[in-house]
Amino acid sequence: MEINTFEQLKTECIQSGKEIFEIAQENTAFSADITIEDVRNFAKRSLDAMKEAIDAGMSSNEPSMSGMCGTDCLRVQSKFSTKPAMFGKLFEKIIEYALATSEENIRMGKIVACPTAGSCGILPSTIVAISEFYNYTEEEQINALITAGEIGRIISAKVAIAGAVAGCQAECGTAAAMSAAAICTLRGGHVSQIIHACALAIKNILGLTCDPVAGLVEVPCVKRNPFMAIHSVTAAELALANVESKIPPDEVIDAMEQTGALMSPTLKESSQAGLAVTQTAVKVQQKIFG
Amino acid sequence: MKKTTLFDIISPVMIGPSSSHTAGAVRLGLLARNIYKNDIKKVTFKLYNSYAHTGKGHGTEKGLLAGVLGLNVDDRRIKNIFEDEISAEIEYEFEYADNFKRHPNSVDITFIGDIEMKIQGESVGAGEIVIRKIDDFNVKLTGKFNTILLVYRDMPGMISQVSSILQYHNLNIAFLNCDRNAKGQEASMVIGIDGDIDAEILETIQEIPDVYFVSYIEKLEQ
Repeated sequence: MEINTFEQLKTECIQSGKEIFEIAQENTAFSADITIEDVRNFAKRSLDAMKEAIDAGMSSNEPSMSGMCGTDCLRVQSKFSTKPAMFGKLFEKIIEYALATSEENIRMGKIVACPTAGSCGILPSTIVAISEFYNYTEEEQINALITAGEIGRIISAKVAIAGAVAGCQAECGTAAAMSAAAICTLRGGHVSQIIHACALAIKNILGLTCDPVAGLVEVPCVKRNPFMAIHSVTAAELALANVESKIPPDEVIDAMEQTGALMSPTLKESSQAGLAVTQTAVKVQQKIFG
Repeated sequence: MKKTTLFDIISPVMIGPSSSHTAGAVRLGLLARNIYKNDIKKVTFKLYNSYAHTGKGHGTEKGLLAGVLGLNVDDRRIKNIFEDEISAEIEYEFEYADNFKRHPNSVDITFIGDIEMKIQGESVGAGEIVIRKIDDFNVKLTGKFNTILLVYRDMPGMISQVSSILQYHNLNIAFLNCDRNAKGQEASMVIGIDGDIDAEILETIQEIPDVYFVSYIEKLEQ
């Protein structure tokens, strides 16, 4: 059966007694005419690249081409080394890994677009940090990544995952939903908890605009990644406690689609409003592009 | 519209910072290279609109050149491609223009070598691309399927002759588009295929009377 809604996914999980990642890898293998092992190898390749990006970003201080970003990950690490974060080591790792990946992206390093390059730090930061902290196996991490991919796929069946079409809610919002789903999977959550985690994550960023300074994937994108990573942790923790979204997950996506359609084009990756036209942003733009 | 797959969501592994302005640029270069096939002596890139205005901050020029040189979206050489020895192999130049009729992320890639060819493409988001025009022919190539391109004299029965050859080899057509300049004049056919095509099939198509030219355009890696 073709699955394009959260409700269909939940029904399929319950009827078949399978988990989301099992259904996702079977369906993907079938439609691409490849084996389940091929699908998992593909996911492993992405997972390895995510870890490589984190490692590279954790030790680099190289600024982006514009010079606006690239030095915050080391700044944060340096602070934590003397004054640990209030919420502990795992919180530190998530923030560091999200920044590391996102900064690696803007200095033309190698990252995984998941779902997009601008939101590339969110999902890897939680999967990798939580797996290191709790010693989850590679197989478990791949299960979480495939679950996250299936969630992103279902969202994209309704809403184009592009800032230019639906604002940042569709990019970082989808990434946060995927991350929340991955965390729930790692922590042993069931299908209902997973999809409600997605709904909770998206519900709380509806309306987020895409107004990048000078049209570059830097300000506010880079710092938005650690924010959204922690946001996804909140969504997952609530859902794992069986807190449910009062609005069903599919209807939350409908709301995101409508909000995206109503959002002014000036706030959708065109850099014609919001942060992009502040006095400082205009000066920065002139400095970079003349 | 083609449905997004799981793979689209958790990939590509790419050089940042932008799927449309960096990875999309590389893929446009790669597909243009697959279409041109000849040795490249010189290439000119004309960037339009957002590509022209914000390309520098996104490495769009680097991506386009890297693609034309055959580097994939995750190749670390992209970052310093202008200094890399591989880019010394060809001449290249960039032009910039505004044209509201063109997609925000558009480029014309003009190859000069044994033959000259102009390819118009767009980066349509999330690393997805479309080649819209090859010289004067309208096409729609996304790099997702192995594709046969043929140029022939516009006449009844050409589609049926070509498709029967494909059927004979048990090949499934994923899509088929035709375009022509005028009735009875030069026409083009673009056929996307599931699976691979061997040289023998192309030769058989080339032997159909009034087929001027057959080319095989390999799909891009996921």
